[in-house]
Amino acid sequence: MVATTNKTRRVVIEPVTRVEGHGKVTILLDEDNKVQQARLHIVEFRGFERFIQGRPFWEMPVAVQRLCGICPVSHHLCAAKAVDWLVGGEQLTPTAEKIRRLMHYGQMFQSHSLHFFHLCSPDLLFGFDADPSIRNILSVAAKFPELGKQGILMRKYGQEIIQATAGKKIHGTGAIPGGVNKNLSLAERDALLKDLDQMIEWSRGAVKIAKDYTVEHLEMAKTFGSFDSNHLSIIRADGAMDLYHGGLRAIDKDGNNIFDHVDNQNYLDYLAEEVRDWSYMKFPFIKSIGPEDGWYRVGPLARLNTCDFIDTPEAEAARQEFMAVTDNKPNNLTLAYHWARMIEVLHSIEKIDQLLHDSDLQGTDLVVRGERRQEGIGILEAPRGTLFHHYRIDENDQVTMCNLIVSTTSNNEPMNRAVQRVAEEYISEQMEITEGMLNRVEVAIRAYDPCLSCATHAMGKMPLEITLVDAEGKVLDKRSKSA
Amino acid sequence: MNTLEGSVLLIGYGNPGRLDDGLGPALAEAAIRLADNGLIGGRVTVESCFQLAVEHAAQVANYDVVIFADADLQAPEPYRFERLQPSTEAAFTTHHVEPATLLGLARDLFGATPDAYVLGIRGYEFNDFGERLSPKAIKNLAAAERLLESQLQN
Repeated sequence: MVATTNKTRRVVIEPVTRVEGHGKVTILLDEDNKVQQARLHIVEFRGFERFIQGRPFWEMPVAVQRLCGICPVSHHLCAAKAVDWLVGGEQLTPTAEKIRRLMHYGQMFQSHSLHFFHLCSPDLLFGFDADPSIRNILSVAAKFPELGKQGILMRKYGQEIIQATAGKKIHGTGAIPGGVNKNLSLAERDALLKDLDQMIEWSRGAVKIAKDYTVEHLEMAKTFGSFDSNHLSIIRADGAMDLYHGGLRAIDKDGNNIFDHVDNQNYLDYLAEEVRDWSYMKFPFIKSIGPEDGWYRVGPLARLNTCDFIDTPEAEAARQEFMAVTDNKPNNLTLAYHWARMIEVLHSIEKIDQLLHDSDLQGTDLVVRGERRQEGIGILEAPRGTLFHHYRIDENDQVTMCNLIVSTTSNNEPMNRAVQRVAEEYISEQMEITEGMLNRVEVAIRAYDPCLSCATHAMGKMPLEITLVDAEGKVLDKRSKSA
Repeated sequence: MNTLEGSVLLIGYGNPGRLDDGLGPALAEAAIRLADNGLIGGRVTVESCFQLAVEHAAQVANYDVVIFADADLQAPEPYRFERLQPSTEAAFTTHHVEPATLLGLARDLFGATPDAYVLGIRGYEFNDFGERLSPKAIKNLAAAERLLESQLQN
């Protein structure tokens, strides 16, 4: 619990809207209305790691998709990468690796598009202070119908790629231990090629929107929830951005390497997780630096900062423009996540273009197996950041230990910092707390595209509530709406 | 009760790994069985998903009738089956989209206004992991299947 005195009061935003799952923000003000402390609490506890103990390992790529309705493909592929190690099949055939990559880029494309066009565009198009009754997707559809339509059809295109490679849009079975269970037929390929040029064009447009917004609001973005940090991602052996596979690289705020090309199987030598009593979500950190200063950011912003280059031409040109804004030093602006995310959309569609023209996707050599192991670790870059799956199994092939570090967990401390910065800048010393001020806190959190999913959504289970209470627990103001 | 006419899209959604939250997908599976046995018409398309998302707006725009089937904590037993109108106010708070919002998007972006219904099947247990329905939810599911048979005949 947050410590309070008789002369402090708390502002509670509960739950945070337009993020996935349940979160609550508490801002503690002192008697002069200065922000004393700001925290993002995660109020759901999934217990999933314990739930899958005892299950056979080969079920993992399908079972872990129950974790989340938002990024099941990322969990599917990450679990498959870990299970590859258990069956000695980590060196995939060209067809298997390219099918998995196509699925992964489809996931990245649809997830980023949804976030930008439908979750964030109301803030960016109408402004942080706009009437909340118009700051939503239906207003975007009414006032900017072309953008609304693009977002939906880009999302749909990504889902069609997932369906073609995973077998179905949700809870696919495409990735199996040591490979995949299907290739891409010529008919499936041709169906995807039909809309490709349109998707490339819209992706270019999305980069421009995000870039223009960031550049036009650069002075505001320099302070808005921004702070120096370490950054972490996987990276290809030659330093290129690689969203599917690579060694771990961590850099500091100035771009210096903390570690580089770390073998995925050794991640525990470099990273650890801290538990704090006020949040169910853990706080990962870089071991060599320690929990106080070793926290790091993941996701699109971190990936743009850690990579040396992007291996697709249009996204690389966009990356160079992006890095020029901060004189080729790491970009630590929280609002720049949007621009970085759209550069990844462009990169993903360029990769999809390359893959759809690669005949390996029609290959028939789909699975490899080798020497069995009892421990396997898979790491990939999910839309929201680096995702870790780690399993140990017994002689009966049953899972005895599972450790997952999901992307949003790595961004836990950065999101708390962003909340603190925004609260200090916009709420401190204000006599009246407006909806626009509270929305700015949510804007900072949404930039990270957090997924706090509790994986259930039955009707009546997701009320939205913003409560202002004083230190003695007296409710000063309360707003609520049904989901 | 009258039979629903024209092309029909049935979307059963929910998380089968969270007990009764899986009622929607369970009904979608049942609908496929009914279609295989000729008990509902070939004009019915069945979709099962974890949760509704914006791209469903493009899909629902292609049908005369859409039925959104989900678990419902507050419905009377065994279910509620109600006509649904497009929303004029967004209730879009997460990646999950409410059915009325989807209808609003289908209308505003694709010019489509299908007849839409919500089929909320009463569920009871949600707060644990497990791929099973509670006994009372299974009874309610059976009643919802009978509703489909009566509404979606050839």
